[in-house]
Amino acid sequence: MNKELVDKIKNNPDYQELVSKRSGFAIKLSIAMLVVYFTFILTIAFNPSALGTPLSSDSVTTIGIPIGIAIIVFAFVLTGIYTKRANSEFDDLSNKIKQSIKED
Amino acid sequence: MMNMNRIFLFLILGTVAVFAGGAIEGEVQKQALNMSAIVMFLLFVGGTLGITYWAAKRTKSAKDFYTAGGGITGFQNGMAIAGDYMSAASFLGISGLVYLKGYDGLIYSIGFLVGWPIILFMIAEPLRNLGKYTFADVASYRLRQTPIRTLAAAGSIATVILYLIAQMVGAGKLIQLLFGLEYEIAVILVGVLMILYVTFGGMLATTWVQIIKAFLLLSGATFMALAVMAHFDFDFSALFAKAVEMKNTESLDIMSPGGLVSDPISAISLAVALMFGTAGLPHILMRFFTVADAKEARKSVFFATGFIGYFYILTFIIGFGAIVMVFQNPAYLDVAKQAISGGSPILGGKNMAAIHLSHAVGGDFFLGFISAVAFATILAVVSGLTLAGASAISHDLYASVIKKGNVDSMKEMKVSKMATVALGIISIFMGIAFEQQNIAFVVGLAFAIAASANFPILFLSMYWSKLTTRGAVIGGSLGLATAVMLVILGPIVWVQILGNAEAIFPYKYPALFSVTVSFIGIWFFSVTDKSHDAEAEIEAFEAQYIRSQTGIGAEGASEH
Repeated sequence: MNKELVDKIKNNPDYQELVSKRSGFAIKLSIAMLVVYFTFILTIAFNPSALGTPLSSDSVTTIGIPIGIAIIVFAFVLTGIYTKRANSEFDDLSNKIKQSIKED
Repeated sequence: MMNMNRIFLFLILGTVAVFAGGAIEGEVQKQALNMSAIVMFLLFVGGTLGITYWAAKRTKSAKDFYTAGGGITGFQNGMAIAGDYMSAASFLGISGLVYLKGYDGLIYSIGFLVGWPIILFMIAEPLRNLGKYTFADVASYRLRQTPIRTLAAAGSIATVILYLIAQMVGAGKLIQLLFGLEYEIAVILVGVLMILYVTFGGMLATTWVQIIKAFLLLSGATFMALAVMAHFDFDFSALFAKAVEMKNTESLDIMSPGGLVSDPISAISLAVALMFGTAGLPHILMRFFTVADAKEARKSVFFATGFIGYFYILTFIIGFGAIVMVFQNPAYLDVAKQAISGGSPILGGKNMAAIHLSHAVGGDFFLGFISAVAFATILAVVSGLTLAGASAISHDLYASVIKKGNVDSMKEMKVSKMATVALGIISIFMGIAFEQQNIAFVVGLAFAIAASANFPILFLSMYWSKLTTRGAVIGGSLGLATAVMLVILGPIVWVQILGNAEAIFPYKYPALFSVTVSFIGIWFFSVTDKSHDAEAEIEAFEAQYIRSQTGIGAEGASEH
């Protein structure tokens, strides 16, 4: 990629839109995952009994179990959300950028 | 080609002979010889060798060898990645941990899973867009080839060999237990089959072996979990209540966090190791080059996360099912061990919980199936590892460092095959040498190295424009050295293995410290690098970033 092409793509509004939208989205989702996971792991480190609270007075099932399963599902759902948006909106933008280079 | 096929046929026959010989020996030793396990295992080996034969005919260039021609779909690759991750250690180990400690097993699973979304958001796409065969392609994209590739290859080979040792020792012991084979024969058998898959079938065979195994493992685990749940009319609280009742004798709280993660530093350090370590495992990173483009790379992670998450939920149910159906069941009780140490130990130790459960829910036939799947799992995982190690040797060290890129694709592929055979032989010897050793630290060390050396260089090369060769090499080496040092000085090696009274470094997981050292080192030695080369490297970031974001100029799939 030569200097001229780099400058051209860099100044392409589609490229700027792609980079800012994707970075913002990826960072937000990463933070969501990290916050959920570290809240969980720090609860275990500092206050493990919180996760050992029974769901109801006559149940042995603790709140920790649905929370743990929910984190697994949450991780999967996040990858789904990102993949869906990236494979449509972000890829459309990349294709537009590629098209604009071919045109001249 | 003709010649190669003949060698191949000879090797197949040889392997079957080795196996058959061992099987007879096992009978002589009065080991429990499981015919259905052996038949199903032979079916798997036969089928996968058939695939290898098919793949061998399609593996014509280095690109085919390293990346299966780039034509694997996102779904297939997701299954293969999940297969790489669902090793025998994680199937038997995590269900065994749940069996032993209940909730703690779930904490471990979650740690292994949460790295995947981060890989998707941060790593998968730039990796696919910038790389060709190995992650060192990406790390060295705008930096000096020789030092960066040497370090990346060292990190890869260290990770691969450590992982291989753990797999081989686990394989030998497991096969000894399940099939009644001698330990050495089991290790040699795994090594020989792995060499066959990889040298002849390359990435195409390795991927399909992994996909088939992932399918078998997921099916088997699903059946086990359903059988357990059917036993309780699909009522989770009934399952948990019964499990708690069973474990009451040990006065152990299996429904809440126990001693696995005891203090905040260990908790965070383990989390860092699992998250960043996953994103630095060479055999996993290599899989992203087998798909056509960034779109398929993203789908790969989506499917992989789904399969892995589903698998961990299954192992949780399986672990609890084993508490109910295996624990205190006289059929699986290790009477000899109980006489010495009391309690209710099961035959073969806690890692056999899932295996015994398969017998409890499905009889000898299903036990045979799960045993064969466990063996297949080891074979598939070691194949992926060996291919990643061989690529680091042939593509990074031989083609890029020694030959400076002036080498034709056929020659490179040949070196790769030689490296595969060498790694196979090394892992057989290591497997035998480490039989009686305590290898508990080995996988932890592999993750620590991946997190402290591979990951920081890869991540910063993608996102930080001011990264220079000097920074990457010094910082990455410091991270690598710190990880190794802290593992040696830590409680497992220093106290348990070397027999010292007290650990110099008190934590089991060094990643929090070694990853920090690595990032700070890379930062400091990059920003203070005022050389002419450094200027050019910073200058080149923009073009690299555009390619990583848009895929313009990225490697495509091969034509056939």
